[in-house]
Amino acid sequence: MTDWIVLGLLGALSVASALGLLLSRNAIYAALFLVLNFVVGAVIYIVLNAPFLAVVQISVYAGAIMVLFIFVIMLLGAERLTPAENPPGLSYQRPLAIALGVLALSVAAYVLLARGGEAAATQAVDASPTAIGVQLFRNYVFPFEVVALLLLAAMVGAVVLTRRTE
Amino acid sequence: MELLVLSPLLFPLLGLLINALFGQRMGERAIGWTASLAVIASFVAAVALFAQVGQSHGAAIRVSIAPWIAAGALNVSWGFLVDPLSSVMMLIVTGVGALIHIYSIGYMHGDARFRRYFVYLNLFVASMLLLVMADNFLVLFVGWELVGLCSYLLIGFWFEDLKNAAAGRKAFIVNRIGDVGFVLGILLIFATFGTLDFEGVFAQVKERGEALAAVAGAITLLLFIGATGKSAQIPLFVWLPDAMAGPTPVSALIHAATMVTAGVYMMSRAHALFGLAPATQTLVAIVGAATALVAASSALRQMDIKKVLAYSTVSQLGFMVAAAGLGVYVASLFHLLTHAFFKALLFLSAGSVIHAMHADHHSNLDPQDMRNMGGLARRMPITFATFAVGGLALAGVPPLAGFFSKDEILLAAFSYSPLVFLLLGATAALTALYIGRQIALVFFGEPRSVNAAHAHESPAVMTVPLVALAVLTLVGGAINLPGGGWLHHWLEPVIKETAKPLNVVLALVFTGIAVVALAIAWWLYRDPQRVRAEGRSAWERFLAEAWRIDALYHATVLRMFYTISTVCAQLIDAGAIDAAVNAVGRGARAAAGVARAAQTGFVRNYGLFMFLGAIAMMLYLVFLR
Amino acid sequence: MDATSFVVFLSSVLFVIGALGVLLRRNALLIFMSVELMLNAANLAFVAFAQRWAHLTGQVFVFFVMTVAAAEVAVGLALIVTIFRTKRSTNVDDLAQLRG
Repeated sequence: MTDWIVLGLLGALSVASALGLLLSRNAIYAALFLVLNFVVGAVIYIVLNAPFLAVVQISVYAGAIMVLFIFVIMLLGAERLTPAENPPGLSYQRPLAIALGVLALSVAAYVLLARGGEAAATQAVDASPTAIGVQLFRNYVFPFEVVALLLLAAMVGAVVLTRRTE
Repeated sequence: MELLVLSPLLFPLLGLLINALFGQRMGERAIGWTASLAVIASFVAAVALFAQVGQSHGAAIRVSIAPWIAAGALNVSWGFLVDPLSSVMMLIVTGVGALIHIYSIGYMHGDARFRRYFVYLNLFVASMLLLVMADNFLVLFVGWELVGLCSYLLIGFWFEDLKNAAAGRKAFIVNRIGDVGFVLGILLIFATFGTLDFEGVFAQVKERGEALAAVAGAITLLLFIGATGKSAQIPLFVWLPDAMAGPTPVSALIHAATMVTAGVYMMSRAHALFGLAPATQTLVAIVGAATALVAASSALRQMDIKKVLAYSTVSQLGFMVAAAGLGVYVASLFHLLTHAFFKALLFLSAGSVIHAMHADHHSNLDPQDMRNMGGLARRMPITFATFAVGGLALAGVPPLAGFFSKDEILLAAFSYSPLVFLLLGATAALTALYIGRQIALVFFGEPRSVNAAHAHESPAVMTVPLVALAVLTLVGGAINLPGGGWLHHWLEPVIKETAKPLNVVLALVFTGIAVVALAIAWWLYRDPQRVRAEGRSAWERFLAEAWRIDALYHATVLRMFYTISTVCAQLIDAGAIDAAVNAVGRGARAAAGVARAAQTGFVRNYGLFMFLGAIAMMLYLVFLR
Repeated sequence: MDATSFVVFLSSVLFVIGALGVLLRRNALLIFMSVELMLNAANLAFVAFAQRWAHLTGQVFVFFVMTVAAAEVAVGLALIVTIFRTKRSTNVDDLAQLRG
């Protein structure tokens, strides 16, 4: 029962912070809402037996990525946002988007309620960092290397893009 | 060996490439001498090949560098042939060509497109060599067409003047009409013999002999149509007089010494085929002789110094073609050779005169009109001497080169065909008359314009080639003295022909006619008033317009063609095709006008439709699968 | 309803909120943050299923998604900075050159 209370609280907090991101008028606030959402996500990971991912989530997402976001927001001086105002010919954008969102959620709810599975698996798998590391370097070495290359390419790309061409 | 055979061809190409690629940074002198040295080197190589052929007693050297077309029975390679006939032609092309290149350095001095001129000139020599060195009809045809292209480029060289551009176009189109015949002839040769190689074709001709008579008649007729285009015979000679629009050395090179001889060369090459078709031969002889007479009479009333020579060239080509028609190919080639010398000489001398008349740029008087000349003998002694040598050779005064070659043709005509003999005999008299008139008008009497009064001799770079050609004209007759001279002997492996001994009476008669005609011309044109009065009467205008053949073409062929073109352009093209294309365009535009509304340009909007698509896919996966 | 279903539903709610952010916000930075939210929602579903089937592959996959997201953020922010330099704006509606 406590599990359910914890999960419900975390879920509520998560949705609330996401809505905060969606609705806030200030980019800094939006970023902080997102940080909160990521932190809540990390806690849910712990509940779901994924401690390694929880740590990575905090350090990479809430730490590195969001710091980068806030840095850019401040660099550009773009924290104040103009109120949303649809350009002519786009008046259907907002109602259609919301309707589609509701539709998507209804379908998801229908699928989970009508065809939801049985109770969770009985035994928990070993998800310690050691186990994940073994998986990574035993079964996923090639994707791992590819990802390394991808990061390098992204780094070079970012440098090239932001370089001032005189 | 292959390289030696190809080297006459490769040197001009090399010169062309150097000038085309680096000429921008080279001076006039460097460009001119690069081109000239390329042709001189080519000449040296031709001499080496000539010696080689001589050493092997006329054995042909055949080289095939690469296969070209191999399709079923058709098997054509880039084959080259050096035998007595082509080696002589190579010497003429490169030798006369080299002199003209050197002369051009002086003549074209200061021209804005000096480099382009020499690139074209090199290309021309290379094309002509390709033509004479070809070992099959198709390669010969490639050279044939390239020569035509070069003549188009060079005749219209000063294309700023629309008249010149039109002349180039005319040369190209008229030549093309002849080429149709030539191509059909080649196709028929392939259909008949299954090969296009000279060796294969002529071996079969020898083997099958009379059995081929009918088809040989058709083939030779078609080949002859090709020759009438390139060698300027009736009815296709109209392009050559107009071709004088090009720079004068070009006229000398293309329209006197080399290109126009292509038809004669081709007929000599295919003489075995012509031998099987007596009817075609008769036609060839009569067409040649008639051309000679028509052109010679037209030359009599020309006022342009180059036009006289142009008609003279047509007339002399008529001689060569008539000789080929009479079956005396050696005489034909001999005349081709001597004509190359003295006609190049005449053209280059005329160029020297024009150059001198041009010197004063302030007046807009026509530097080529003989009515403005006169009295140039004292002012330009070298040019006068060389022109006179060329003129006397043309008139057939012994012992100049023209005498021997012309006499040989007249002798053959005398023995085979009275009609041809009559035509050619009259032509010979007219020839002496018009060249005498020209010499009198240009060099004797008093200057009739300021330019003529102030004219002076051309630079050495122009006069040295003139003197060289004059020497060749003086002694050139020696290579084929009557009664089986050296040329007869040399060509024997290719063309077997018994030479006739000199007919003293005939030679004396024609020498007499020439001298008398020259004297009459001189006597008539002592008085400049006579020139002014010329061209008034109807028949004089008739001659000046070359028997109105051009006008006839305009009234018939061209008008019909214009009518058809107008119908095509206005009704079919503009009315149907353009309308259809425009309708398609308008339809596409209308459709696009509707579809473009979807492109709002807002990334969010695109994202919305992507989201819509994703949800549609989700619905499909959940409910419909 | 079991825990997995609950978390998956939570994940879809977060995903739809992120999608709405992408579709309705005009600031490039906010759109970008919404994309991160969507990625995170997907990660959540992965982790939930990994726990449900007692299998580590889901977690490894999340690890890769995070790495790719990091790379994407680096490049994406560089793009935004570059655009801001030329346009003096982070409003995506100002970038409508493709309008038909």
